[in-house]
Amino acid sequence: MIIKGRVWKFGNDVNTDVIIPAKYLRSVDKSIWPKHVMEGLDPTFSSKVKPGDIIVAGKNFGCGSSREQAVLAIKWAGISAVVAESFARIFFRNGINNGLLLIECKGIHNSVDEGDIIEIDIDKGIVKTKKGELSFKPLPPLLQEILNSGGLVEYYKKKVKRY
Amino acid sequence: MSSAIEKILSYSIGKNVSVGEFVEVNIDFAYFHDGTGPLIIDVLKEMEVSNIFDKNRVAVIFDHSAPPYNDQSATLQSKVRNFVIEQKIEKFHDIGEGICHQVVPEKGYIAPGMIITGADSHTCTLGAFGAIAIGMGATDMAYILATGKTWLKVPETIGVECNGKLKEGVTSKDLILEIARIIGTDGANYKVLEFFGDTIKNMSISSRMTMTNMAIEMGAKTAFIEPDEKTIEFLGRNGIKFKSDIFIETISIDSSSIDPKIACPDNISNVKSVSEVEGIEIDQVFIGSCTNGRYEDIYEAARILKGKKSRVKLIVIPASKSILMKIIKDGIIDILLEAGAIIGVPGCGPCLGVHMGVLGENEICVSTSNRNFIGRMGAKSSKVYLASSLTAAASAIEGKITDPRKYLK
Repeated sequence: MIIKGRVWKFGNDVNTDVIIPAKYLRSVDKSIWPKHVMEGLDPTFSSKVKPGDIIVAGKNFGCGSSREQAVLAIKWAGISAVVAESFARIFFRNGINNGLLLIECKGIHNSVDEGDIIEIDIDKGIVKTKKGELSFKPLPPLLQEILNSGGLVEYYKKKVKRY
Repeated sequence: MSSAIEKILSYSIGKNVSVGEFVEVNIDFAYFHDGTGPLIIDVLKEMEVSNIFDKNRVAVIFDHSAPPYNDQSATLQSKVRNFVIEQKIEKFHDIGEGICHQVVPEKGYIAPGMIITGADSHTCTLGAFGAIAIGMGATDMAYILATGKTWLKVPETIGVECNGKLKEGVTSKDLILEIARIIGTDGANYKVLEFFGDTIKNMSISSRMTMTNMAIEMGAKTAFIEPDEKTIEFLGRNGIKFKSDIFIETISIDSSSIDPKIACPDNISNVKSVSEVEGIEIDQVFIGSCTNGRYEDIYEAARILKGKKSRVKLIVIPASKSILMKIIKDGIIDILLEAGAIIGVPGCGPCLGVHMGVLGENEICVSTSNRNFIGRMGAKSSKVYLASSLTAAASAIEGKITDPRKYLK
């Protein structure tokens, strides 16, 4: 599968408090989460982002609080993938569990500028940027299976509940 | 040769595991709070799960909005309360009983050698009891509640050896901040931090919990401290004690050389000695949270505040009801109130920036909590400095960041 999209660029240690500030979490209306995505860093982000766009970030993306709303806010805002130098582990699990494509790709941060179009070839493990191709390691089989199922809920329904 | 974490996993699974391997494990104890609960319940519904795996292995604690701050947070809490009734969960602690990571060990729900998961990033705090304690998100927790299992990648363990006696006025918070400075915000990513050495051995359980609490801020999967007689005494129960005999790397710290430390905005590894930033004017002090809301933290703050007045908003929130009752009983609360403190309902308080003392535009807070991210405790332009309860108390008296040692002479 190939994913192509426009890049929004962020730095290192983007924490889940800035992805979705805690004051929006206690809402019975979940649709407000994508409306405030990345608000802690860029209050205008949700009005600029378009479906299919890609977030590129530095190291330790998604650190801090375990709030899964951070993944949902990104996903529901239409972001097709997050490509980062590295991810914080709870965010990484939450992302895979919700079927959000997360790609750990060394060198990505210095290879793209905001607004670039990049292409991710998931099967070949390659990100194509204007500066050239970068390779990334595919997910371990179990995580790939969860992601391919569309997330942990679907994986559970398909694999676990049946037996 | 393996780490305690590998040994616990091997024991639980019944075969030897090695670093990097993906394993499925049975969960001995799981818990969540009112913050993550509503989403967990939604996911369970999506999974079409009607009964949780074992109600006796699950606790629910209301700490994030205690009490709820608006109609929506109250509505979400009643959704979780109804779930608790429906699932007949007896280990339920409603508003005011305290922070989940404090209540769970106080009640003796856990024991050394267990595999514990919590739907909160600071679940790593419970590594102070010689258990594996891992923080996860809502979907992972829903899966655990449905099946009693989760998958884990067997992590590597970094040993952090702390030897020497901490100076007067220096606490385990100062020590862990120094360690955060060395390791950085992601230096322990996917790994376990195991704290050992005579400094750790001589520490109270509360001080050890401050150490393990902050492992997540360095990216760690969890933290671990070998259990001893203090662990067993605190929990009121025994468990299986595991001991590491190898680490991938060991960091050595001379605890006796550490001065009071402070993590400056807006990064936990931006740690300086308090003396380097002394004099910065502040608007608020918060003493509480799962990092430093325990009896010894409040006691030490009271030692400094006795007979003095705070120049700024001073919010003190005990981490649990039992701690609140103890400070009432022994008169600590009088010292705090006379110093101008506001005592909050046991729970998370303003740490996560939703209620009970959030910061306004450009306000500066010295907090004993664990995160100083941009806007964490309120307005985007507000700033948080993280320090011990002694530094927090001394700073409250002066209305500016202050080294606490001058008040201990």
